[in-house]
Amino acid sequence: MTPHQIVFAILAVVTVGGAVLVAFTPRVIHAAFSLLFTFMGVAGLYVLLAADFLAVAQVIIYVGGILVLILFGVMLTQRIYDVRLRVQRIQPVLGGATALGVLALLLAVIFRTEWPVVAPPPPAPTTAPIGAAFMKQYVFPFEFASVVLLVALIGAALIARRPVSDDEQARRPVSDDEQARRPVSDDEQARRPSSDGGSASTRDEAERRAGRVKEEV
Amino acid sequence: METSIVTYALILILPLAAFIIQMLVGRRLPRGGDWVVLTAIFAAFVLSFGVFWRALSGGAFANGPWTWTFRDWLRTPTPQASWTLPMGILVDNVTAMMLVVVTGCSALIFLFSTGYMAGHPRYSRFFGYLALFAFSMLVLVLADNLLALYVGWELVGVSSYLLIGFLHDRALVPPDISPGSASKKAFITTRIGDVGFFLGILAVFAVTGQLGYGNVFQSIGDGAFMGRPWLLTLVGLLLFCGAIGKSAQFPLHVWLPDAMAGPTPVSALIHAATMVAAGVYMVGRLYPIFTPDALVVIAYVGAITAFFAATIAVVMTDVKRVLAYSTISQLGYMMFGLGVGAYGAGLFHLMTHAFFKALLFLASGSVIHAMEHGLGRVGRHWNPDTGEDDPQDMRNMGGLRHAMPITFATMGVATLAICGVPFTSGFLSKDMILGGAVAFGFIEHPQHFLIPLLGLAAAALTAFYMFRLMFMTFFGEFRKEREVEHGLRESPASMTVPLVVLAIFSVWIWYTFDPSAAFREVWTAEFIVKPLPATGTLADVASNEAFAHAAHTAHIPAMLLSLLAAGAGILLAWRKYRRGTISLEAWRTSDSRLYRVLANKYYVDEAYEHTAVAATLVVSRAAAWFDKVIIDGLVNAVARLQVGISWLAGRADKFGVDGAVNLLADAVRAMGNGVRQVQTGRIQNYIVFAMMGIIILFLIIR
Amino acid sequence: MGLQAYLVVGALLFSLGIVCLVTRRNAVAVLMGVELILNAANLNFVAFARFGYGALDGQMFAIFSIVMAAAEVAVALALVLNLYRTIGTIDVDEADTLRG
Repeated sequence: MTPHQIVFAILAVVTVGGAVLVAFTPRVIHAAFSLLFTFMGVAGLYVLLAADFLAVAQVIIYVGGILVLILFGVMLTQRIYDVRLRVQRIQPVLGGATALGVLALLLAVIFRTEWPVVAPPPPAPTTAPIGAAFMKQYVFPFEFASVVLLVALIGAALIARRPVSDDEQARRPVSDDEQARRPVSDDEQARRPSSDGGSASTRDEAERRAGRVKEEV
Repeated sequence: METSIVTYALILILPLAAFIIQMLVGRRLPRGGDWVVLTAIFAAFVLSFGVFWRALSGGAFANGPWTWTFRDWLRTPTPQASWTLPMGILVDNVTAMMLVVVTGCSALIFLFSTGYMAGHPRYSRFFGYLALFAFSMLVLVLADNLLALYVGWELVGVSSYLLIGFLHDRALVPPDISPGSASKKAFITTRIGDVGFFLGILAVFAVTGQLGYGNVFQSIGDGAFMGRPWLLTLVGLLLFCGAIGKSAQFPLHVWLPDAMAGPTPVSALIHAATMVAAGVYMVGRLYPIFTPDALVVIAYVGAITAFFAATIAVVMTDVKRVLAYSTISQLGYMMFGLGVGAYGAGLFHLMTHAFFKALLFLASGSVIHAMEHGLGRVGRHWNPDTGEDDPQDMRNMGGLRHAMPITFATMGVATLAICGVPFTSGFLSKDMILGGAVAFGFIEHPQHFLIPLLGLAAAALTAFYMFRLMFMTFFGEFRKEREVEHGLRESPASMTVPLVVLAIFSVWIWYTFDPSAAFREVWTAEFIVKPLPATGTLADVASNEAFAHAAHTAHIPAMLLSLLAAGAGILLAWRKYRRGTISLEAWRTSDSRLYRVLANKYYVDEAYEHTAVAATLVVSRAAAWFDKVIIDGLVNAVARLQVGISWLAGRADKFGVDGAVNLLADAVRAMGNGVRQVQTGRIQNYIVFAMMGIIILFLIIR
Repeated sequence: MGLQAYLVVGALLFSLGIVCLVTRRNAVAVLMGVELILNAANLNFVAFARFGYGALDGQMFAIFSIVMAAAEVAVALALVLNLYRTIGTIDVDEADTLRG
C-alpha cells in the first residue's frame, strides 16, 4: 500500500464513518458533530485530489459557515431537556431500501462504465487558475451567484423574522395570516391577552404538543 | 194536362228547406219560426192539390204514371256493369191522392200545433221535426224505386223517433209511459220489420237486378221467378214485414200505444194519418209483386189485427190509448182490404181514415188541453205514482159537451165516420172493404170465412168502444170536482178550426152524391185502378173482373151486416154508459179473467219482454262482459305489461346504468383515494418516490 | 487510488445522505442529509476534474455548489425556524398540511 492509498483509506473511513453516524445516530447534536468529521474528511480528499483551494474553501464555508448554522438551528429548535423516548424513524424500510437501491445503481454504474481516464497531471496550485477562470469563462455564474447569495440572505432574513417587531405591534390583535399559520382555538385566543400574541400561544401549543408520545429524531 | 218536374221538386224541397231553416235559425225568428214551416206545408198542399185535381178531372195519369228518372246517379265502376241504380219520381193517381192526404193533414195538424204546443220551450225545434217528417213522407210517396222508398221509410222512422220522444224531459207522461222509452220502442220495433223489408228488397234486386217499380214488375212478368213461385211469395211476405212494423200489425203493433207519449198533434199526424199509412201505401204500390198466397196471408194478418186491437180498446181508460188501438184496428182493416183484393177500397179507407182519425186525435187533444187547464187552475197536477188527476183518463171526464161544444160536435162526426154510420165518408170506405171481404171470404173462397167474420166483429167492437168513449167523455155528469169543471173551456181557434175542417171532410159529399153508394159509384173506384199482378195473365184480368162483380153483388148484404154490427155496438154502448144498465166497474172489480187479459193487452208486451228483450239483454250483457273483462282486461294487461317493463327498465336503469355510473364514480373515487395516499404531505415520502423513479428510469433506459 | 475509489466514496456518501434525508424526523437532521448529498456530488465533480481531461471545470462546479449550499442552508434554516414557530415542533412528519 502506498502512503497515498493509506491516507486515502483513512480519509475515506473518516468521511463515510461520519456520514454513517450522521445518518444513524438518534441524537441530532451527535449527528451535527459527526457532520463535522464528514466535512473534514471531504476536505482531506480534496487535498488528495490536488484541489487545494477547494479544500480550504470547503473547510471555511462548510465547517465554518454551514455547520455553525446547522448547530445554531439544532440548538434553537431543541428543547433544553431531552426527553428521550422511543425513537421513531420515518419509513425506515422503504428509505433504506431506496438508498440501497440507489447505492447499487451507482455502484453498478461506477464499475461497469469504462471511464475515459486520463493520467492525472502533477498537482499544481489551483488558486490562480480558479481566480482567472472566475473572471473569464465563469464571470456570469460568478455574478449570478452573488445575486443569488444576496437574495438568499434577504429571503432568509425575511423568513426568519419574528412576527411582532415593535411594542405597537405587540398590542395589536393577531392578524389573519398569523391566525392561519397557527392552529389556535378562539377560546384560547380570547383568554390570552394579545400582548405577546405569537410566541406565548405557540409556547403553550408547544407544551401541549410536547406531551405527546413523540420524540424528535 | 201535364205536370212538371218543378211542381214535384217544390213539393219535396219546400218542407226540406223549412226543416233546415227551422233547425238553424228557427229559434231567433219571430214566433219561433212556425210560420216558416206552415208556409212551406201549405204551399206544398196547394201544389199537391193542383196535381190531384189535374189527375182527377183532367185524367193526367190516365195513360200511365208520370215519371222522371235521374239516370246513372250510381253506376258500378266497370263498363261491363249489368246494373245501374236510377233515382227518380213516379206519380200516378194513387200518388196524387197520397200527396193530398199527406200535405193536407200535415197542414191542418201543423196549424193545430201552433195552439197546442204554444209556450213549449223547444217550440221551434218541434216545427223543425214536423217539417222533416213531412219531407220524409213525401220522399216515400214520390219514390219510383225500392231504394228511394226505403230511404223515405227510414227517414220517416227517424222523424217519428224524434217526435215521439219530444217530451223526453219528462220522465213519465200519462198514463204511465216514458217518452224516451216509447220513442226507442217505436224505432226498434219498426226496425225489426224493416229488416224483413230490406231483405225483401235485396231479394228482389238479386233476382231481377232492378229496383225501379216498373222495371221490377216488367222483370217479374218476363219470368224472373219462373219455376220458383214460392220465392215470389216469400219475397212478398218479406216486403210485407216492413208494413207489419210500420203499420202496427200484429205482432209488431206494440209500439203504437206507447207512442202516445208524444204530443197529441204528433199522434194525430204520425199515427193516424200518415206514417202508419205508409205500410198500406207500400203494399198498394208493390201490389203486383204479391202472389195470391201472399195476399191471403196479408188478409189474415190484417183481419186478426183488426179484431185483436178492437178487443183491447174496449177496456182502455186513457183516451189516447183507445184511439191508438182503434188506429191499429183500422190499419188492420186497410190491410185485409188490400189482401182480399179490394185494392181501391183499402186505399180509399186510408184516405178517409186519415181525415177522421186525425180529427179524433186532435179533438182528444183539445179535450186533454181543456182538462189540463181545468186541473191546473185549481193547482192539481197529474200524480204519476197514484195515477190521480190524469187529464187523459176518461174516468175523470163527463158531460164535456156543455163546455166544449165544437170539440164535441166534430168528434161526434168522426166517431160516426169510424163506426161506419151512413152519411159519412167512413161508411163508404168501410162498406167497400167489408163488401170485398164478404165477396172473398163467403163467396169466392169459403174456406177463408174467418176474414170477413173477424172484420164484422171488429166493426161491432169499434162501434162499441167509440161510443163508449163519447158517452164517458161528453155525456153524463162530470166526475171530478166542481172547481175543475169551471175551468174547462173550449179550445182556441187555432185548434178548433182544423177540427171543423177535418169534420167537413169526413162526410160523404166529397166522394159521391149517393150516400148509400154502390161500389162503383165512388169516384175512387175509377180513380184507383187495381193493378194486375206482375205475373199477370189474361186469367188474372178475368179473375179481377169476377171479383169486382162478386163484390158488387155482396155489397148490399155486406152493408146490411155492417150496419147491423155497428148498430149493435152503439146500442150496447148506450145501454152500458148512458143508461148504466151494465156497469164496467162491476166487470172490472169482478176480477174477471177475460177483463184482465184484455186490460193487460193480451200480455203481448210481457211476452216480448221475456223473450226478445230478455234475449237481447243477455246478448248485450255478454257483450258488455266481454268488453269489460276481456277487451279491457287485454288493454289493462298490456298496460300492466308496459308498466312492468317500465319498472324493469327503471330498475335496470337504477341498478344497471346508475350502478355502472356509480361504479365508475366509485372506482374513480377509490382510485383517487388510493392515489391520494401518495400525497402524504411529507416531503420525505416524495423524495423516496423520486428516488425510486430514478432507479426505475435507470433500469428502463440503461 | 483510481477514480473509482473516489466515486465509490461519493456513492456511499450519497446513499447515506439519502438515508439521513429520508428517514429522520428532525428537520435539521434532514438538512444534514442534504449536505451529505451535496458533498458527495462535489466529491464526484472534483474526482472527475482530476481524472478527466484535466481541466478545472469540475472544481469550478464544486465551488459554485458550495456557494449554493451555503445560501440554501441559510434559507432552509430560516424556514425551519419559521416551521418551529408555526407548528411548535420540527418534526417534519407534522408538516403535512399538503396531505391529499
